[in-house]
Amino acid sequence: MIAAAAQIPVATSASAPRVRAALQDPPLLRAGLIAVALGFLALFLLLPLVAVFTEALSAGLGAYWAAISDPIARAAIELTLVVAGISVPANAVFGIAAAWAITRFDFPGKSILVSLIDLPFAVSPVISGLIFVLLFGAQGVFGPWLLAHDVKIIFAVPGIVLATTFITFPFVARELIPLMEEQGSEEEEAAISLGASGWQMFRRVTLPNIRVGLLYGIVLLNARAMGEFGAVSVVSGHIRGLTNTIPLHVEILYNEYQSAAAFAVATLLALLALVTLVAKRVLEWRIRQESQP
Amino acid sequence: MSIEVQKLWKRFGDFTALRDVSLHVEPGELVALLGPSGSGKTTLLRLIAGLEYPDAGSVSFDGEDATERSARDRRVGFVFQHYALFRHMNVFENVAFGLRVQDRARRPSEAQIQARVHELLDLVQLEGLARRMPTQLSGGQRQRVALARALAVQPRVLLLDEPFGALDARVRRELRRWLRKLHDELGITSLFVTHDQEEALELADRVVVVNEGRIEQVGTPDEVYRRPTTPFVFGFLGEANWLATTVEGRKATVGFRPDDLELSLGPLEGHAFPARVRRVHSFGPRAKLELVAANGDAIQADVPAERVRSLSLSPGAEVYAAPRELQVYFDDVQSGT
Amino acid sequence: MAGARKKNVLPGFGLTLGFSLLYLSLLVLIPLSALFFRAASLSWADFVAAVASPRALAAYELSFGASLAAALVNAFFGLIVAWVLVRYRFPGRELVDAFVDLPFALPTAVAGITLTTLLAKNGWLGRLLEPLGIQAAYTPLGVAIALTFIGLPFVVRSVQPVLEELEAEAEEAAASLGAGRLSIFRRVLFPAVWPALVTGAALAFARSLGEYGSVVFISGNMPLRTEIVPLLIVTKLEQYDYAGATAVAAVMLVASFAILLGINALQAVGRRRMAGAG
Repeated sequence: MIAAAAQIPVATSASAPRVRAALQDPPLLRAGLIAVALGFLALFLLLPLVAVFTEALSAGLGAYWAAISDPIARAAIELTLVVAGISVPANAVFGIAAAWAITRFDFPGKSILVSLIDLPFAVSPVISGLIFVLLFGAQGVFGPWLLAHDVKIIFAVPGIVLATTFITFPFVARELIPLMEEQGSEEEEAAISLGASGWQMFRRVTLPNIRVGLLYGIVLLNARAMGEFGAVSVVSGHIRGLTNTIPLHVEILYNEYQSAAAFAVATLLALLALVTLVAKRVLEWRIRQESQP
Repeated sequence: MSIEVQKLWKRFGDFTALRDVSLHVEPGELVALLGPSGSGKTTLLRLIAGLEYPDAGSVSFDGEDATERSARDRRVGFVFQHYALFRHMNVFENVAFGLRVQDRARRPSEAQIQARVHELLDLVQLEGLARRMPTQLSGGQRQRVALARALAVQPRVLLLDEPFGALDARVRRELRRWLRKLHDELGITSLFVTHDQEEALELADRVVVVNEGRIEQVGTPDEVYRRPTTPFVFGFLGEANWLATTVEGRKATVGFRPDDLELSLGPLEGHAFPARVRRVHSFGPRAKLELVAANGDAIQADVPAERVRSLSLSPGAEVYAAPRELQVYFDDVQSGT
Repeated sequence: MAGARKKNVLPGFGLTLGFSLLYLSLLVLIPLSALFFRAASLSWADFVAAVASPRALAAYELSFGASLAAALVNAFFGLIVAWVLVRYRFPGRELVDAFVDLPFALPTAVAGITLTTLLAKNGWLGRLLEPLGIQAAYTPLGVAIALTFIGLPFVVRSVQPVLEELEAEAEEAAASLGAGRLSIFRRVLFPAVWPALVTGAALAFARSLGEYGSVVFISGNMPLRTEIVPLLIVTKLEQYDYAGATAVAAVMLVASFAILLGINALQAVGRRRMAGAG
């Protein structure tokens, strides 16, 4: 029976244990740092999350359901879904188009385009709303024209859609650009050389390859679109039942001291956040898997 | 189908990849584009495929100008260096791709696609792997899938970009022989790019030696190896020794191969030259010697070990070396293609 | 030699670039330029009056100061959190790691009302602070706490990849040369992490400056005391002082762009260091 390979002895000089010690944090320090880190996170993240649900249920389960199924709450939910339903696909299409143009072709000004895509991230949500008010508000650039044609953008749904789309504009593009850059264009070239048309190439080769990254971007986009507060607050006019999204509805309830109801509606957003976190994790794992072989 | 390339130029920014390149490939030939990295051989291949467009010049198939046609319309099969298999499709779907994307009018039925794909998988000896995903295949297997995929649409020309570059030596040699057999069976005009001269000489009907965007020489393997028209071709196709000398009153550089050297203790031939042995390295039946010529140039010799023993050659010994074959390149002649 | 032919091998260039530029112009460029045009239409006197009023100055001070404080707190704790997540193994590590993104995912309004409730006098945390004489809600302290929440993931996510990429060899070399743990941290590890740390803190800072939803509930919004710049803009809008709102917004935008440029420069420095160190 062949014995297992002999253990190579560690250097027996006196320095070896010290070297080992210098490479590892002492157990006490480790425990301490973990405690500090977890404590910090528990205080700033866990506590607020728990508080949302506790406050929501503080008036009992019945009040909780009432708050969520209230018709005005439902109108808010519907509006949020409509706004997300428009801004998510619009920005997804933009993201795909921009990523395709940027990663597959060379043209002057490409780096400027890439920087411009990041622009909405640098703009405060309030300003994101303000610019649309400046364009379409009563005193705005197009104000008189809109009034004359009885078209309402500010203080109406279109304004909310515009502001939300602006805010969430970069998400999908930012995910797809590095992904498509890394994947390279060889598979698409192969498809063309095999006789595929542009759309066939896109549907059969490009889309399947970017599917996970696209989903990831959409998940983030959606979370932001549904949760946006500042920008929407500026353009919506807070008209109950008409131009309130879920976050705005939460604000109204809270300001009217209907705390439990406000938190009840807020739990919907908290649950959305948790689902988003899970989806994000799962997709990140998938992305890592796919880029491995 | 024949390929005709006329006066092609291609630039990438400041870099000129191809300069005034012209080439003719006969139907059914297997031609190697041989050259070092950056020589432009892959660019030339891609221009023929339609994966790049030239800045000037033309590409024609069977006399018809195809320069403006897209890769899609050229019916050229291209095998990429890193295979470019569709990562989200299994082997079957990869091979079937070209058949599935054809226009409705010409598209074969599902049954026909099945038959053709399995026929091709048999041809490349991958039957039974139809359901595997590319990541589950070895390099050599992926290469054969890429080949089957390109052949599926019955291309008139087959273009291969460093087909065996990413494989280890043993697999490379096996696939080389296999590709030659396949070519003989199918008879498709084929062009492949390689930087490995052994591969080009072993496989091709004709070799096109490319360097710095220009064609240095076109010829059969024997021609380019034994009668290289430029120093570059000589040096690239095998090991080379160089001596600067005067021939018939003109300055020239003379090239000869280490294994073409005849060693002796006295000047047996007219063109034998004296040299001192610096190093001897015997291995099995052969021996490599490092010699130093009178003017200080280093000369590599590759001789039977037996010869070294019979002459008792060791470092410091004086010998005479006579090349059995040599190429003379006059310095004042512009070597052309 | 004919002129270079400019055909593309892959399709869709015109379509995708055209659409992208159109979309970008309509949605981003035109609205943003409306802001600058409007601001530019103000007389200099009016502009200064809006932008440098005592109320505005107080707002800048608060926004800037609270964002800075939050960024510093996050820099310190964020480094620890990133360190712990990358270098140590403990049960639930993956869960905690995923959880760090909560401030990214949770809508700001929810964060806002929750933090306010927690820090109010009778809230879970407010109750603990009151005996100490510390009032958090409706004070600049509350603003800073809210901004700390918002900026938390930035530092952690900036530093994590750098820590993960660090090769053990540098540490091993230092150890074999006689360096102790603290020395290694100071001389080998921290210098490598430092650009990412600053970048993360700068990102948190930039985000905090413009933050509205999570702050507007806890701050109490008292002009000259707890009014942040975004709220100042909203208030002016509600009073139909478009001009004033635009002026302040323009100042804020310029500051944000400047910070973003600074961050890009920092990231470029960081990248060069990583490339050079290999």
